Amino acid sequence: MSFSSVFDIAGSALSAQSLRLNVTASNLANADSASSSAGATYRARQPVFAAAYRDALGVAVNGPGSSALASVTVRGIVESQAPLRSQYSPGHPLADKDGYLHLPNVNIVEEMANMISASRSYQSNVEVINTSKQLLQRTLTLGQ
Amino acid sequence: MPFNIDAALGIHPQALALRARRAEVLAANLANSDTPNYKARDIDFRAALSGAVAAQGTNGLTLAATDVAHQPGENGAGVNAALLYRTPMQPSIDGNTVDQHLEYSQFAQNALQYQASLTFLGGRIKTLLTAIRGD
Repeated sequence: MSFSSVFDIAGSALSAQSLRLNVTASNLANADSASSSAGATYRARQPVFAAAYRDALGVAVNGPGSSALASVTVRGIVESQAPLRSQYSPGHPLADKDGYLHLPNVNIVEEMANMISASRSYQSNVEVINTSKQLLQRTLTLGQ
Repeated sequence: MPFNIDAALGIHPQALALRARRAEVLAANLANSDTPNYKARDIDFRAALSGAVAAQGTNGLTLAATDVAHQPGENGAGVNAALLYRTPMQPSIDGNTVDQHLEYSQFAQNALQYQASLTFLGGRIKTLLTAIRGD
């Protein structure tokens, strides 16, 4: 009987969600970073979450058996393959020889929705940690 | 009549252990609320508690007795709750079946029930202390 794995599990979610917030911030910050070639243009990034299962003894296992609990890991960060935006502005110092600017494929609306979702998930995991901490403290004073 | 402290504490130690286990399961669901293909899980509390009560003193870790004079040790409260899959109400397109609000309300309810078990257990312990001190 322990609450210790609650802290591990919710902590892994906190770090995953804060990474998601960081990636979203990077996407939003670079939403208008123009470039003169398609290869050098910023592409929207997304973290890939995966469940990491551990059995009751804390040994990593492959899948959800009858007793394995899962924390969150970030598999990696992938770049969006959506087409880049291009904009005709021949007067811009970064325009290519045809007068086009290459702009990132960041979708601001998607990023805002992502940010709200990450923030809500972060909050609920913080609440889980707080509640577990209170329960653990009350358990420690049992019988006093 | 030998005094059995496990009997004096009643069902509450097992209930407390199961509540703690359920808190872990629900925390894992909440942590994976954005993980693709994660399936929300829970335990059947009634079945797990009756299993834990029935298993008390029969299996689990026991103290080794190397001498006939050794007393048989009491087993710890065995928590062996099988995890089941929650029936999804509105699964998302990425295969995730965690409903964040449902999980959070269940977590809050479980936390309250844990506190209730703690209070009951504390009351039993106070009763025992009163009996020991006799004042």
